[in-house]
Amino acid sequence: MESGRNSAVVHEQGAARQVREAIVEIVSDSGEGAQKAGQSFATVCAKMGNGVWTVEIIPAEIKPPARSRAGASGIRIRFGSKAVTNMGDQADVVVAFNEQVLYGRIMADAFREGTVILLENRWAKDADEQIRDMYATAVEDFRARGLIVHELPLHEACLKYTTDPRLGKNMFVLGMLCHIYQLNLDLAANEVRAAFKKKGDKVIEQNLALLRGGGEFAAENLTYRFNVPAMPTRQDLVVTNGNQAVGLGVMASGMDLVSMYPITPATSATHYLAGVFQNLGGFIHQAEDEIAAIGFAIGASYAGKTACTITSGPGLALKTEFIGLAVMAEVPLVIVDVQRGGPATGLPTKIEQGDLFAALYASPGDAPKVVMAAATIEECFHMVITARKLAESFRTPVILLTDANLATGQTPYARPRVREDWMAAPIDQSPWPEGVTPYEWDPETGLSRRPIPGQRGGQYVLTGLAHTKQSHVAYDPRANQVGCEMRSRKFAALASTLLPPKIHGDDQGDLLVVGWGSTLGTIDEAVERVREEGYRVSSIHLRFLSPLEPGLAEIFGRFKRVMTIELNYSDPPSGFGGDVQSARRAQLAQYLRAQTLCDVDYWSITPGQPLQPGQVHGVIMERLAAMGVVDQRAAAAHAG
Amino acid sequence: MFGLKTDWSLEVLPRYFTLEDYEGGMARWCPGCGDHGVLAAVQRICRDAQLKPESTVSVSGIGCSSRFPHYMKTYGFHGLHGRALPVACGIKSRRPELTIWVATGDGDCCSIGAAHWVHAIRYNMDMVVMLFDNNVYGLTKNQTSPTSRPGSKTNTHPRGSFLPPLNPALTTLSISNVSFVAQTVDWNPVHVYATLKAAYEHKGLSFVRILQRCPQYTPKVFEEAQRDPSLMLLLEHEKGVQADPAGTKIYTNRTQHDPSDINAARQIASREDVIPIGLLFRDADRPRYEEFSSLGADVTIEEKVQALEKELDRFAI
Ligand SMILES: Cc1ncc(C[n+]2csc(CCOP(=O)(O)OP(=O)(O)O)c2C)c(N)n1
Repeated sequence: MESGRNSAVVHEQGAARQVREAIVEIVSDSGEGAQKAGQSFATVCAKMGNGVWTVEIIPAEIKPPARSRAGASGIRIRFGSKAVTNMGDQADVVVAFNEQVLYGRIMADAFREGTVILLENRWAKDADEQIRDMYATAVEDFRARGLIVHELPLHEACLKYTTDPRLGKNMFVLGMLCHIYQLNLDLAANEVRAAFKKKGDKVIEQNLALLRGGGEFAAENLTYRFNVPAMPTRQDLVVTNGNQAVGLGVMASGMDLVSMYPITPATSATHYLAGVFQNLGGFIHQAEDEIAAIGFAIGASYAGKTACTITSGPGLALKTEFIGLAVMAEVPLVIVDVQRGGPATGLPTKIEQGDLFAALYASPGDAPKVVMAAATIEECFHMVITARKLAESFRTPVILLTDANLATGQTPYARPRVREDWMAAPIDQSPWPEGVTPYEWDPETGLSRRPIPGQRGGQYVLTGLAHTKQSHVAYDPRANQVGCEMRSRKFAALASTLLPPKIHGDDQGDLLVVGWGSTLGTIDEAVERVREEGYRVSSIHLRFLSPLEPGLAEIFGRFKRVMTIELNYSDPPSGFGGDVQSARRAQLAQYLRAQTLCDVDYWSITPGQPLQPGQVHGVIMERLAAMGVVDQRAAAAHAG
Repeated sequence: MFGLKTDWSLEVLPRYFTLEDYEGGMARWCPGCGDHGVLAAVQRICRDAQLKPESTVSVSGIGCSSRFPHYMKTYGFHGLHGRALPVACGIKSRRPELTIWVATGDGDCCSIGAAHWVHAIRYNMDMVVMLFDNNVYGLTKNQTSPTSRPGSKTNTHPRGSFLPPLNPALTTLSISNVSFVAQTVDWNPVHVYATLKAAYEHKGLSFVRILQRCPQYTPKVFEEAQRDPSLMLLLEHEKGVQADPAGTKIYTNRTQHDPSDINAARQIASREDVIPIGLLFRDADRPRYEEFSSLGADVTIEEKVQALEKELDRFAI
């Protein structure tokens, strides 16, 4: 291999270094296949028995300008000997198809001093002088930042196997990474075959050649060798992202209908379902807007069919009036909100936990409903099934919150053992019992059975107006109070069936961290670290937000301080200009303060990307320092 | 007799339904309101067709006219302002065997629900959509509606409204996959009945605009047409609305109009010198969305489990 300005050969002596885990990124312009290569890499890791978590790096535009900072498109793969539950801290090895996209990652705090950058070097010889200069400046800057940059002729090397390296480079890189991390190349070859199955043998052969070529290139030019020991289990596993898990959950719950309007990052759940839902007799309705989408689902549900609507924040906003109707008229319905950054169009492709209040309160009047949040990709699957059952049993809309991190992240988890009783039963068309009203509210639980069109003798008019148990419109003060109360009692009945949250760590101590949604893995990992350092910190993670899991105040009382960690906006605790009273708190914290009357502290930010465990670790250490539990200097060092 | 369900005669104990089986209590519209007559016509059609009340659903939005379901003894859905059509389509999507009547006002359909109106026409699901067009917002007490004539003095435009009105029939005729558009007037119960009957018999979305008097806020808008039948244009054709001649003999202005001719329909619908009544357009061969959306209802739970296992195999490692 000829060496350019910098030698492509990396000298590091010795055999493969054993590490417990690694974080790898592939970053490119969009359309260069980095995600495909990364997913294949992750699947191979999972198949070898490693724990894996992937995070997609997604620009907001379909075709952002080439070689731009905001255009960074790619994937991060964190894999380890044990289960991996989050994206981790800073990357170990990064393959970059151009230097500019790396700036996007630097801004995201994705690298540390010593992160190895394997950088495409064709830009050094580009015909455009400006590009040559940009490249040279950037490489110098990267090195000044402490990154270890290897400039590699990837494009040129790919030319051996293809005339268009832009399309084939990703598989070449897959081969390189497999070699560096000692992954089984045969498993990778299977992934390549599967990925190009539809394109025919010629394309498969070419990509296999690129894969092998990448491996040889790494063998000849790079001496990095790592081994992340795998611990294969005998358990059956599946690998999906969160939206596929939602789609699978929709099918496993026996739903009849998904009614939706396209919106990032929710749509890919429907993309997945679109190919397979009909095999289970289901139908996807793409409505004219989100209002129609939920109206259509409510119509189907009123007619006895199980329905759900999948959306994201702006769609949830449009659905609020219909959610109120579903509450008022007690129509079962599952609403999945794959949260993104808000308000308005916000950060369409990026994570935020900003919809808690919208889910709890957005409908006018008193509109209690079930609100749940999935904390893992596996829960995205199981919670749809739970949500469907709760919706039917409690005659209520159920909002299931997930987010962009879960939606596009991939991880292996136990293959669900499908049960027939997950699936909705066929609709009841037996005659309606005489003398039973359409809202025969149980005075204790508020629960009632609903008539389904087709049931003889069950005719009633569903109305969004205040109504009696006969579903007769009623404006008198007593009737409205009774209706509100009955609809509210249902959630007390549900709450009485819930278990208190499991405490991660000791059940008493100095600090309790409370989280919800996709931050589970990150928070747990950070708490694990501070616990190993000897601090009395525990955490809980809420799945039910409405009604709340029981026993919270009692648990909170066993800790000196309680704080939430959330991915949504909050003012500094002292407020702006010292106006503490108007300081706007993180959503779960504010809610828990109101519900438990406990002093719940918080830390929250809106970076549009998942939290890193190191970052959360720093937050916890700071909080401990403020409590006087740890000396300030140690905290500063950790937070640094 | 029409519309007899094939399975009707198979019932062990034949049930015979009278008008009472469809009457859901005293309608509480104002005396003289045009909605009363339409309700009576629908109940008669249900009775004549012997529709099972439990398999019939009337769906509405919000407005005076949207009180309609409360006065039917069938299943009913009185939902949100402007949103009757998505709900009706959702009901039909997986339960195509249910008969659906939709009641909607000119504000409900042509203003707040306009997007759904356009798309419901395109979905063309089998149901009757009755647009109660009184040229005004009734329930909220006299605001300008999209079909109000320019110069209408309302609470929102006390000096008279500005804009030319939307033409619901013409608009509907311009939407792709439209399959049935008719127009009638509440003050001619014979014609209302015959028009709604034709709508009920059509397979697809039957859009019927009913010019409807509001004695409270728009008592005058149709007064002239009521007094002078020559301001009406009766559409006649062997494929059109077959009203009892006794009820339409007052109309001197008549024309033969073939309802399969959409261009002629559009031309007639755009006339401003007369009010055309009768069937403007019908095409029984348009695709209906429920033909697709209802597929798969026969898949059993065991089959679903099998299909799901196969899906999970794809993700297995
Ligand atoms: C979202 C929403 N906006 C406004 C209203 C108030 N509102 C109720 S009915 C109505 C208009 C009714 O007019 P129309 O649809 O023509 O029916 P009519 O009462 O004349 O039969 C309005 C504006 C509402 N109920 N909901």
